[in-house]
Amino acid sequence: MSVTKKAPILQVDHLKQYFPLKKESLFSPKQTVKAVDDISFNLYPGETLSIVGESGCGKSTTGRSILRLDEPTEGEVMFNGTPMTTLNKKALRDIRGDIQVIFQDPYASLNPRQTIRKMLQEAMTIQKVMPKEQMEGRLLELMSLVGLRPEYLERYPHEFSGGQRQRIGIARALCVNPKVIICDEAVSALDVSIQAQIINLLKSMQRDLDLTFLFISHDLSVVRHISDRVIVMYLGKIVEIADKDSLFDSPSHPYTKALLSAIPSIDEQHKRNRIILKGDVPSPINPPTGCRFHTRCPFATDLCKTDEPLLRPLTETHQVACHFAENLLSS
Amino acid sequence: MSKEVVLQVKNLKTHFTTSKGIAKAVDGVDFTLHKGETLGIVGESGCGKSITSLSLLRLIPSPPGKIVAGEILLNNKDIVKMKEEELRKVRGNQLSMIFQEPMTSLNPIIPVGEQIAETIRLHQRLPRKKAWQKAVDLLELVGLPSPEKRAKQEPFQLSGGMRQRVMIAMALACTPEVLIADEPTTALDVTIQAQILELMKDLQRQIGMSIIFITHDLGVVAEVCDQVAVMYAGQVVEHRNAKDLFKTPLHPYTQGLLKSLPNIHENQEVLQTIEGSVPSPYDYPIGCRFADRCPHAKEICREEAPELLETENENTKVRCFMHTEKWNSIRQEGELVCP
Repeated sequence: MSVTKKAPILQVDHLKQYFPLKKESLFSPKQTVKAVDDISFNLYPGETLSIVGESGCGKSTTGRSILRLDEPTEGEVMFNGTPMTTLNKKALRDIRGDIQVIFQDPYASLNPRQTIRKMLQEAMTIQKVMPKEQMEGRLLELMSLVGLRPEYLERYPHEFSGGQRQRIGIARALCVNPKVIICDEAVSALDVSIQAQIINLLKSMQRDLDLTFLFISHDLSVVRHISDRVIVMYLGKIVEIADKDSLFDSPSHPYTKALLSAIPSIDEQHKRNRIILKGDVPSPINPPTGCRFHTRCPFATDLCKTDEPLLRPLTETHQVACHFAENLLSS
Repeated sequence: MSKEVVLQVKNLKTHFTTSKGIAKAVDGVDFTLHKGETLGIVGESGCGKSITSLSLLRLIPSPPGKIVAGEILLNNKDIVKMKEEELRKVRGNQLSMIFQEPMTSLNPIIPVGEQIAETIRLHQRLPRKKAWQKAVDLLELVGLPSPEKRAKQEPFQLSGGMRQRVMIAMALACTPEVLIADEPTTALDVTIQAQILELMKDLQRQIGMSIIFITHDLGVVAEVCDQVAVMYAGQVVEHRNAKDLFKTPLHPYTQGLLKSLPNIHENQEVLQTIEGSVPSPYDYPIGCRFADRCPHAKEICREEAPELLETENENTKVRCFMHTEKWNSIRQEGELVCP
């Protein structure tokens, strides 16, 4: 892996994101949702790092905290060595030109009363990308880049289909020449044939424009297709980080194993032994002690109930947070 | 394979009259469901799969919607012609339905056990206490932990997976012959989805009902279905055994759909896509509805509409000229082949 040798473009260091809950009565104890609870990872230039997990595991919150769309409770995010949590409003705005985001539902994130032209121009003006006179050429270039016809610039979001709206979302992210793009479930709402088009588009963008992606998704097949490395989250914690091949070929955390085995597959030959997890994900308000997965883990022991496993390296490119990862691998 | 036919749909057409014209959401759907079998109806958004399922129970809001043609034969009785009185007996007793988002189909302020008990009492004239007991039994059957306690809780106190279990319990309350499940696991996480799919398979084995499983997820279809009907632009384009369909898809649309799925088991460089987009339901082309996106299309495909025909293999139906004898003769003569 050549990418890992470079300096990270984005460093996430002991990031915590707690949300206070409304008190039920004056005297009830203060409660917080620990959406993201002490996670650290590096994003290297040119790579696609994916975060997977089920709803409520904190993957979207992580993306939002990095952008400071929610102010992190604790921890630090460094972009090219600049700490982001202490930046003032103006400096933050400058840095947001470098880190862009594409959301799941493009319709909800596009202003319904703005034409596509106005929307892109506004973003470019705020980020001072180029003088207004030169914008016209750039607009046409962007449209052809994302595969839309130039006359669509004069249209409003409601005139487009879901796939086209996602292309507009991508154009808007690209218009300010970002270095990092956070894709938060960017293809989850699309039909498979359209999804394939958008994934191919994202991949070719990355190649041509030298972009770095943080790809947040619940869909493991898409993640396998698009990523270089993968982070698996469970209840606000990272349980496994690995390069794509070793994660999918030899998952080491019991949760990752169960998650992979639960995916319905059309491939007869690859029917895995399905591990059906019992019960639901516990509440992030009072997460289980010790290993957070022990309540559903088929291999849990007494140690798992009391001692929290730390993320530790198995190989150079594979980290896992499980006391018994080695035993599981061999079994 | 001469199993008993439970439900047969013939040339079903459900159209909607709107200010923009007539939307032919379902426009000639045919399929057959055998006893004890699971039939998957797959297709992308807007192909008419959900409208088909609503039509089966005659739940289409009218106006603007209307079943304009076709037959829905449940044990040889046509649902399309039934009176409201008869329909009410069919719904719940013989045909039951589960929807995608349980929260929107459950009453938010009534305990779930009571909602199930109400269904039971409506159909089976049981005294309150017995109905309640049966509701608790059903919740136990669908694997809800501590059913007595959960039955007294309101929907918001349950998780998504538990709510879907409640919906299934309610749908099973009167042991229907056919269960229609419209995207029952789409809103759930994969590990919970695996639980629910397992549960549905188990229950089917125990009760012996037939299931119509509507989904956009081909993986789920491969997991639970015996037969598949692939829908495109309001019609069934391929209807056959699930294993065969995934091994050798016949219709070019099915082929394209399977190829555009990212594979979890291997690395691919570029995903195949289906170029173009679905035609508008207000204005379908005269010929094959997939012709504009089809890599094999010839002139005949744009001029004539193909029918859903049985191929040499029994129980395999496909709506495509490519699989007719005519196609080969066109190729041999070479006069109609596209450049």
